[in-house]
Amino acid sequence: MKHTLVALVQDKPGVLNRVASLFRRRAFNIESLAVGHTDQAHISRMTIVIDSDNTNAHLVEANLAKLVNVLDVQDVTNMDTIFRDLALVKVRADAAARAEIAQLADIFRAKIVDVASDSVIVEVTGDEDKIEGLVELLRPKGILEMVRTGRIAMVRGNQSADRKNGNGKYNGNGHVTHDVGVSSV
Amino acid sequence: MPKLAGAQILWECLVREGVEVVFGYPGGAILPSYDAMLQYPIHHVLVRHEQGASHMADGYARASGRVGVCVSTSGPGATNMLTGLATALMDSIPVVAITGQVGTKVIGSDAFQETDVTGVSLPVTKHNYLVTDVHELPHIIREAFHIARSGRPGPVLIDIPKDVQLATMEFEYPTAPLHLPNERLLQRYAPMEYFERAAQLIAQAERPLILAGHGITLSGAEQEVLEFAEKHNIPVTLTLLGIGSFPAEHPLCLGMMGMHGGVCANEAIQNADLLLAMGMRFDDRVTGNLKTYSPYSKKIHFEIDPSEINKNVKVDVPLLGDLKASLQKLAPLVAPKRHDAWLAHLKNELEQNPMRDVLDWESADGLMSEHVVHDIWTATQGEAIVVTDVGQHQMWEAQYYLHNKPRTLITSGGLGTMGFALPAAIGAKLACPDKEVWVIAGDGGFQMTLYEMATIVQEKLKINIAILNNGYLGMVRQWQEFFYDARYAATPILSPEFTKLAEAYGIPGYLVEQRADVMSVLEEVRSSSGPALIEFRVKMEDAVYPMVPAGANLQDMIKREKAAQPL
Repeated sequence: MKHTLVALVQDKPGVLNRVASLFRRRAFNIESLAVGHTDQAHISRMTIVIDSDNTNAHLVEANLAKLVNVLDVQDVTNMDTIFRDLALVKVRADAAARAEIAQLADIFRAKIVDVASDSVIVEVTGDEDKIEGLVELLRPKGILEMVRTGRIAMVRGNQSADRKNGNGKYNGNGHVTHDVGVSSV
Repeated sequence: MPKLAGAQILWECLVREGVEVVFGYPGGAILPSYDAMLQYPIHHVLVRHEQGASHMADGYARASGRVGVCVSTSGPGATNMLTGLATALMDSIPVVAITGQVGTKVIGSDAFQETDVTGVSLPVTKHNYLVTDVHELPHIIREAFHIARSGRPGPVLIDIPKDVQLATMEFEYPTAPLHLPNERLLQRYAPMEYFERAAQLIAQAERPLILAGHGITLSGAEQEVLEFAEKHNIPVTLTLLGIGSFPAEHPLCLGMMGMHGGVCANEAIQNADLLLAMGMRFDDRVTGNLKTYSPYSKKIHFEIDPSEINKNVKVDVPLLGDLKASLQKLAPLVAPKRHDAWLAHLKNELEQNPMRDVLDWESADGLMSEHVVHDIWTATQGEAIVVTDVGQHQMWEAQYYLHNKPRTLITSGGLGTMGFALPAAIGAKLACPDKEVWVIAGDGGFQMTLYEMATIVQEKLKINIAILNNGYLGMVRQWQEFFYDARYAATPILSPEFTKLAEAYGIPGYLVEQRADVMSVLEEVRSSSGPALIEFRVKMEDAVYPMVPAGANLQDMIKREKAAQPL
């Protein structure tokens, strides 16, 4: 099963290295890692996907929490969450093939963002299944190049992975219990 | 506000952190800081190799509970300290390492003595810093000490480029409350209902057992653990680093657990119906095969580090937080209970399988290391700080020297760093000048860092050194004997004449080859005012028993054959 963790980290030199070094050192297998800015200056947001069959998601979360530069970390797997991935796919396409690819893109609500004499670039966003569906249909046409962002995630509605308090600061009243692995006794 | 250079600010901040002693070695990139040091009330101990500096800072911290500080220059100075930082990280020891770095303008250009020190030290520190602006320095030093000693302690490194040491600023010591970015994430405590569940388990248990680890001493919870064990009549077994956190001579103490733990302790773990793991992390050296580990027990884990919970052993109730606070919360919820049948059974087991199994042997075919350790224990009335190296002698120390007080056994547990003893003892002696300090080392490990004898002499320290010389890398030889058909690949080791070597450094040397001479030499050495080295030529092929082979079931111990006793 896949687990998705969202971490808010200080946007400082070396922080990504600390996270990557942690995963390497602890032999955590990550499927994808997406990093970008947040609405706040100096704070980056990481979305980390792990295959929890071979890596204990709780240990990843707890080890991330120990990094001094990590402001927050949360496993959003079991929350009502929007997952998105973005792919750019460069497909072989001469003038005759363009129409069919455009049609396919349309069905997937993807866009053609570049047209050359013998290829097009298709931009598609969605969850992994949707992107893989389109990629499989494009594959027979001849994929020349592909890039994906990896999963990003946001919890719907009032539940939030971005647990700032009313002042928009991250030192607010987060949860105070640590409910890992308590079996009924 | 005075305008100070980074080099001065460093010492201003260290003095405010209560630092009195630092262990270090000067060099080009740290020279401005050494020059500034002369203006401050800091005692600098000149080491002979930077590995010694980090082990000394570690030994200082273990003996005193305060943060140990080591200093080196850039490049080789800093890389030499890494072994000591890795040792401190594995055993949760608060250390701050200060390293000089080449100037910020030339970082990345392969300048003379340049190494990416924050890069190479990242996996062996709790946190590290590269200071790129002198204005950050006061805050970073303050934060570094806070990180080193808070939560689960550990080493923190601060890399300071030469131009940052020379740059000036108007210095004002920061006084605002210190908040770490991740502080909220680590302030997670078990809710009351977990304590209620724990109390319920304790009330139901017929065969409870406390696993006492290093966290007891780190938390300062020795008294709480003692009271808890006594109130509920729960026996206690210790990890190697837990030794001293519960009195060895207490009737509830079963001694050390694990690979070279006692038969009684390991069988108690395997038969218990409740384990109370206190500040220990279920290391592979104490659990053996995880699949068969303590199969009948419910497990309560008192732990400050969330990443240790369910890492190796799945537990029923994790009590996250500081042990002392957790025990204070738990104690009122549990009514006193007796476990007479369980305790009587264990008492019988302990009598049948004493930890100190060769105490009464006649050593007809040579001096036994076990007896030497026992005699040091007798001579020092069990009151010394003993600093061991790593290997057979370390295990015999743990078995034969009974420690009733915390911070009296200083040993590298997690990393198993040979060469640790001599420098760590120097740190311990500087932390506790009024305590009797003994080094117990093997002939192999001692040769790794023996040059620090010069530091002992230069610092005029009264440290007693006992080398148990069996002519082998003994623990590796034992594994070869047991698991590699006694093919002794690279384990026979030649040593210099340690007594002459000691004398060359200005330390009196003694050679002991018979049991009959042990006590008199120990007394002579103890009564002298200066340091001394005793080489004990011990039996060459003795082995540490019992032994749980790596990965084996904890109950499947190799025991010493009684018939092996010479008649």
